[in-house]
Amino acid sequence: MSESTILLAHGGGGRLSRDLVQREIVTRFGDGPLRGLPDAARLPAFTRPLVFTTDSYVVQPAEFPGGCIGDLAVHGTVNDLAVSGGVPRWLSVGLILEEGLPIELLRRVLDALQAAARACGVTVATGDTKVVARGQCDQIYINTAGLGEALEGFTLGPDRIRPGDCIVASGTLGDHGAAVLAAREKLALGPAVRSDTGPVHRLVQALQPLAGEVRFMRDPTRGGAAAVLNELAEDHGLTFLLDDAAIPLSAGTRALTEILGLDPLHLASEGRLLAVCAPAAAEAIVCEWRRHPEGAGAAIIGTVLAPEAGSGARRGRVLMDTVVGGRRLVDFPQGELLPRIC
Amino acid sequence: MRYIDEFRDAAAARGIRLRLDEHAAALRARGRRATIMEVCGSHTMAIARYGIRSVLPDVVRLVSGPGCPVCVTDTGYIDAALALAERGITVATFGDMLNVPGSDSSLARCRAAGGSVLVCYSPTQAFDHARAHPDREVVFLAIGFETTVAPIAALIHRAATEGVPNLSFLTAFKTVPPALAALGADPEIRIDAFLCPAHVSAIIGADAYRPFSGPGGVPCVIAGFEPLDILLGIDGILAQLAAGEARVENQYSRVVTPEGNPRALALMSRYLQPADAHWRGIGTIPASGLDLRPEFQRLDAAVRHGVAVTAGRSHPGCMCGDVLKGKHEPPDCRLFGRGCTPDHPIGPCMVSSEGTCAAWFKYARGALA
Repeated sequence: MSESTILLAHGGGGRLSRDLVQREIVTRFGDGPLRGLPDAARLPAFTRPLVFTTDSYVVQPAEFPGGCIGDLAVHGTVNDLAVSGGVPRWLSVGLILEEGLPIELLRRVLDALQAAARACGVTVATGDTKVVARGQCDQIYINTAGLGEALEGFTLGPDRIRPGDCIVASGTLGDHGAAVLAAREKLALGPAVRSDTGPVHRLVQALQPLAGEVRFMRDPTRGGAAAVLNELAEDHGLTFLLDDAAIPLSAGTRALTEILGLDPLHLASEGRLLAVCAPAAAEAIVCEWRRHPEGAGAAIIGTVLAPEAGSGARRGRVLMDTVVGGRRLVDFPQGELLPRIC
Repeated sequence: MRYIDEFRDAAAARGIRLRLDEHAAALRARGRRATIMEVCGSHTMAIARYGIRSVLPDVVRLVSGPGCPVCVTDTGYIDAALALAERGITVATFGDMLNVPGSDSSLARCRAAGGSVLVCYSPTQAFDHARAHPDREVVFLAIGFETTVAPIAALIHRAATEGVPNLSFLTAFKTVPPALAALGADPEIRIDAFLCPAHVSAIIGADAYRPFSGPGGVPCVIAGFEPLDILLGIDGILAQLAAGEARVENQYSRVVTPEGNPRALALMSRYLQPADAHWRGIGTIPASGLDLRPEFQRLDAAVRHGVAVTAGRSHPGCMCGDVLKGKHEPPDCRLFGRGCTPDHPIGPCMVSSEGTCAAWFKYARGALA
């Protein structure tokens, strides 16, 4: 008899474990280095330097409008490789399942993971499944590590950012955070919000002809665009000026953040890219990105200002020109705005 | 988005700013300056968020008033709430109160140590919790201005009529007009005009500000919370000052009527009556609070559980009192941004999302030009 929920025995190393892995993992991922379930994947030699990253995913709820923990676990790691100038190649997937997890939910998550990996051109090379007792985790946690090859032509780093450079966003900001918040709190305020979870590696590859003009890239996940820019400001003494009217926002995220008094710049995106580039290249980047569906909402959102004169330590800031012509500070989000969004 | 985009229109903003410059020139010609107090915490936040100070003529100064209900709640009130929680009573509160420092602790720390503190987004959650847990005493921390008093009065009505005997209220309500009277009479502050609150006015009505206008009074302009609302409010104030007038003007007529919300006012006066109230940093203002009427004392947590709200202790360096009166701006305080930040608040104005210090810290630290 086939079980409908995960049992502790599914992680026990016996018959149930083997059945689960055969039925749910091997059928989906068993074609590549996973074939035969070796203890370690054997990968072909690489020609370029490697980029390597890992991330754990604990989002709650596991399914939300626009995605689920399965595709999120691929996109998050692929995007970390991409913004480091890498072409994503291989993934490891570690699953931690809670006793009592509906197997149907696990299947939907693994289907989404498989589809996302395929769409991103990455292969799941190795993995692991553990089951913990009810209450010791929340439904399902996933860890993925990613290995990619560095693209030619990119020399990225905050120290390359110059006054006058432009900040370009690849699309509407904050949709993932807004969607998870709305799903978790069952908020139905205004237009529906969908997570933007998705890959950005094609957008990075599209910039290869302009690689010399791109100074820095980052995907604005936890803490949103405000955290990315404030970290740069604080660590490298850079001052950024954003244009409120130019920030791309979806109608749903805008309505939700207005009603709840949140700053969309503090909310996470999981399929967006921020690039700092030479001013002459900014328009070209926007045009290039807009040719891709995931970059359809690309826009120049601000510039880098000359370092501020002043006494004491060199410390940058993030400023914003508001719609009424005023200017204000854009700060880090305070406290724990929204736990477990990814 | 309707009702939002038209109040954030850049071209319209430029038009209003030109008018502000004209009014400012007229004031300058008469050797006058304009100190405008925005009374409401939501105005304080919107002014900071849209950088409105940075677009005003130099003769105009905006000072923030005591319009954040959390900020004006006395330390001793937090101490009383903590005393209740320590006795095993469930304390239900809006989230803003969690981190407000009492004399020695806060509700957040009390909860971390195992105290029963229930954070509510709506007062009805306290009602539902009390009904679901009939064996537990639940006390709702009933603070706020008229805007919040109205829904809590509706909750008091339910508690009184639907028989939930384990729910009671620790009241520290505040009302806006008596505070305006006290601030207007304070010779140290010298306010030239009030930018009057939006939602409070929806309850009490525009006519409530008549006593502060007219001969010997100051312009009182009610404005909404969108940036153009606020600019239009300031425009109306400067026009009055330039013309030597002092009228009540309702710029927020899409929500506020002259008489307010009679149903809400009737419900409030059925259960509550004016009482002297202690404002953190300001002191006691006669008839500026609302207490439960004597016939509903069984709903009064202070009576029922025998707790007294006494004067608490505040941090000696904290200038929240002067900030709340508009005498000082947050950066004048030695603690601002040093010991006192939103992550580690010392004074109440840094705790609340509507607090003046939090608004300055978040949106206006340092010169912005």
